[in-house]
Amino acid sequence: MQETKQKNYVTIKGTRDGLTLFIDDRCSFTDACRELVDKLSVNIVQKDEPVVPVTVKLGNRFIYEDQKKQLEEIITKDNHFTVQSLDSNVILRDEALAFLDDTEVKVITRIVRSGQVLEIKGDLLLIGDVNPGGNVVSTGNIYIMGSLHGVAHAGVNGDRNAIIAASYMNPSQLRIADHISRAPDYESDGVYMECGLIDDEKDKIVIDRIQVLAHKRKSLNRFERRLING
Amino acid sequence: MGEAIVITSGKGGVGKTTTTANIGTSLALMDKKVCLIDTDIGLRNLDVVMGLENRIVYDIVDVVQGRCKLKQALIKDKRFEYLSLLPAAQTSDKSAVTPEGMREIIKELKTEYDYIIIDCPAGIEQGFQNAVAGADKAIVVTTPEKSSVRDADRIIGLLEKEDMDAPTLIINRIRKHMMKNGDMLEIDEIVQILSIDLIGIVLDDDEVIKASNHGEPVAFQPNTKASIAYRNIARRILGESVPLQSLDDETGMFQKVKRFFGIRS
Repeated sequence: MQETKQKNYVTIKGTRDGLTLFIDDRCSFTDACRELVDKLSVNIVQKDEPVVPVTVKLGNRFIYEDQKKQLEEIITKDNHFTVQSLDSNVILRDEALAFLDDTEVKVITRIVRSGQVLEIKGDLLLIGDVNPGGNVVSTGNIYIMGSLHGVAHAGVNGDRNAIIAASYMNPSQLRIADHISRAPDYESDGVYMECGLIDDEKDKIVIDRIQVLAHKRKSLNRFERRLING
Repeated sequence: MGEAIVITSGKGGVGKTTTTANIGTSLALMDKKVCLIDTDIGLRNLDVVMGLENRIVYDIVDVVQGRCKLKQALIKDKRFEYLSLLPAAQTSDKSAVTPEGMREIIKELKTEYDYIIIDCPAGIEQGFQNAVAGADKAIVVTTPEKSSVRDADRIIGLLEKEDMDAPTLIINRIRKHMMKNGDMLEIDEIVQILSIDLIGIVLDDDEVIKASNHGEPVAFQPNTKASIAYRNIARRILGESVPLQSLDDETGMFQKVKRFFGIRS
């Protein structure tokens, strides 16, 4: 029996950066896979062909991990293709909420006193002081409108670009990702309106005026920063 | 209906018991009905400072465990009609009293007395939980030392979790010459870190120790600096607004204090 159904679920386009595969988001996943196999088998590969990067555009289709693997297998099998990315417009609700949780700036007004730990997902905007012996921890940046006397740990999950800024900076320790710097052993006064960040050349935490963030952490005010670090 | 105030500090030796005795005495001098409670079970001191050690028959553990009535355990002060002391036990340990037991005792005392002043033990364990349980207000005592301020900060953090008003602060044992030389934390520095209202400052005064050893709280004496300081704290508890007093005739550090409170001389 002849198959009569319309066959146009998969469109292939060549660009300068390689191939882009558009997969229609209304057909079933099996149909799409079958057609993809057909279309790719037309092309007979020479041994000396260079590797072509492929971008897959899934439109409004959500695919699971096993489907992802299946697609990658079909594309890379018998071809000199590598899958560069699988782009979908759709993510799970839970993922989206977790994502929002990670990227939001949380505003908290309180004093973090000795022995207290304030742990936050995402960026922390603390309106109040961190007293000696107090501890603030966040997965993103830490902004303190008040005095920082205690310990602050930004980018606790390893974000080296995280920063710590405070109106009055006199910390006992600053920690960013896996770097730690501590106050000198001699008694010292704090500094006003400064920030701590990792200096990549020196590979350690440096304290500088807040104004340098405009050059050194340009991406701070952009949402994409979080998309990338997400 | 009375008010229960707990005197606490976290650190030991900053003068909780002395403060309790003197605030209680000062309030009694102002014709208030006052009951003092010592919750430092196993290491009681308040009875010694008040000079009532010899009169103890029953104690707070006897009351909680039902061996006597609350009225039987209360010791009437030898100087005032309406100043009583509920002593701590010397033989049991802190787990002999529970927060619920404390709440009941304080509830009963509140019907009879205007002020119930609770002397809290050092530390943040069960004894602290007991002392804080029934209190409506808290006064945190600190000295101008870093370690003492650090502990006070911790205690304030714990008190904020309790169902009571924001605590107020007493800075005790101020040595003016050391503060003047910058060898001690300054008053405004302490207030800034702890960020709670200051209800009084008390100078380090030999008379305080002398009086405690005689079993007569220093607040009885008419005009030592410490006794005036304690009486002023009592007046502030009653709601009067009293400027940071008698320290006025001093120079040096007191100028700073005055500046801090906006008083010109």
